[in-house]
Amino acid sequence: MTTTSRTQVTMNYLLLIFVSGVAIYPLVGTVLASLYPSGAGNSPTGFALPSGFHWGNYVTAWKVGGFAGSFTTSIIVAAVMVPASVVLSILAGYGFATMRFRGSKVLFYLFILGLIIPTEATIVPLFYDVRAIGLLDTTWALILLEVSGEVAFGIFWMRAAFLSAPPSLLEAARIDGASSWKTLWKIMVPFARPAILTLTVLTFADSWNEFFLALVFTISHPTAPFGLASFSGRYTTNIALVSAAAVIVAIPILIVFIVFQREFMRGVLTGAVKG
Amino acid sequence: MDAEPSVASRAVAVGSRRRPERLPGEARRIGYLYIAPAFILYAAFNLLPLGQGVNTSFYDWDGITPGTWVGLHNYTGFFTDPAIRSGYVHVLILMVFYAFLPIVLGLFLAALLSRIRIRGLTFFRMLLFLPLVITDVVTAVAWTWVYDTHGPLNTVMNAVGLGHFIPSQGWLGDFNTALPAVGVFGLWGSFGFCLILFLAGVMKIPASLYEAARVDGANAVREFFAVTLPGLRYELQVVLVLSVIGTLDTFDEIYVLTYGGPGTATTVPAYLVWRRAFQSGEVGSAAALGITLMLIIFAVTYAINRLMERGAEP
Repeated sequence: MTTTSRTQVTMNYLLLIFVSGVAIYPLVGTVLASLYPSGAGNSPTGFALPSGFHWGNYVTAWKVGGFAGSFTTSIIVAAVMVPASVVLSILAGYGFATMRFRGSKVLFYLFILGLIIPTEATIVPLFYDVRAIGLLDTTWALILLEVSGEVAFGIFWMRAAFLSAPPSLLEAARIDGASSWKTLWKIMVPFARPAILTLTVLTFADSWNEFFLALVFTISHPTAPFGLASFSGRYTTNIALVSAAAVIVAIPILIVFIVFQREFMRGVLTGAVKG
Repeated sequence: MDAEPSVASRAVAVGSRRRPERLPGEARRIGYLYIAPAFILYAAFNLLPLGQGVNTSFYDWDGITPGTWVGLHNYTGFFTDPAIRSGYVHVLILMVFYAFLPIVLGLFLAALLSRIRIRGLTFFRMLLFLPLVITDVVTAVAWTWVYDTHGPLNTVMNAVGLGHFIPSQGWLGDFNTALPAVGVFGLWGSFGFCLILFLAGVMKIPASLYEAARVDGANAVREFFAVTLPGLRYELQVVLVLSVIGTLDTFDEIYVLTYGGPGTATTVPAYLVWRRAFQSGEVGSAAALGITLMLIIFAVTYAINRLMERGAEP
């Protein structure tokens, strides 16, 4: 290694540190800002530590922002929506990957279309449909809509995962006389476990982060991001409190991200993260 | 071993990529049963409303009283309604920040960084990935603070003597700076994703190609255009499609950062759909806007894919 290439290496690392710093600065700054004394007069500049750590902001934000309620909504939605969406995707993905039937191609392309149909194109009639079946302003509306929005991606993902299974796996099952149902749960699902885990994690992220649907369909019991948006609208000048609320809403997705980093990366590196 | 969904799901992300379709499996009608649950839900809450949306878009309707048939009138708004026109202009400007700049910067950095082995890449990747993972509403709230009167941006500007450039209404409240301010937020949000994807792509380019280029006496710039850029074609296609679609249906950050304001300085089509459908009772127009947006997304996706694939042929 010559000296020039060594300076080059150093420069590259500095560059990488710089861009990573830019990526996290607003987030770290928000955490710092959340610990400043709350009130309109206190303005965190982002370059100094607060005089004392005012953890009480978190308690106040949690109570005043009604996050007990909005977290409950978000958690219920995710708890029902994620397993439902993943199971439906496994079933349909398995059907498309291992069976041939009339119209399977057309059906598959119909699902593909779902990947690029924007919610804006369906939101208007959806509102009146959901109202007509009496689900307006319920968690059920959000669950149903999120699942139906997510299966397009899930089916692709699972179909691809099942297609990558060696044909010998299926053949062995067939020779044993196993039913298609048994083959799915006893052989294909264990084989595709990493893909299923990735799908689960990405689906959770989509559910937790969903805002547009929540804004339209859960008026009186908002989700966590919706709750944060209204809270920040009402307390614009109280940066410490709003920041604390933002950190509160970020914590669940942050934990999932840190624990399942590998799965997130796999999702992204295959270019499949939606939105 | 990991299941390897990468190739197919990449094909998915870019939409219409044709791969030799090996029609899998045996003919089995039980297939319908496996598809049915997902399809019923998908049809009821996506396909059906899509049809209804097209229908609604032909009416002048306030959402309460019976509507009147107006034919394509709601669609002509795309050309005649200044609010809609400026919405699309705004989204085009945002595209510079959400798609063009992150891609250019990402390519540039990926090319620089490709020349060394990076230790701790996983860690850097995690940091760069955070803006994408964390809820839009949260990151937008973080940026309202960045742009705050006494926030970090103004603190820095004052410290380096550029204080007189700070708009008196604040960055997000000034007619000239609000849209670029939203844009910078978008640049921040999508840059890491581009870089991560390009870095991963660069690592898959065989080292022999670089060696060959160097033997031919290529300098860094030539090397970039001869080896790195062609090698990243796939990634570029994915990023282009995702970021352009992502820009076209931008909503969350507009709602949090500016509510489309000041005035209409930051309204975008998705925001207009929401406001007209649920705030101002112009339901027919909102439906037409949504359908138009979808058609544009289809067209753009198709165009990008065709363009990139044609560019790939020697």
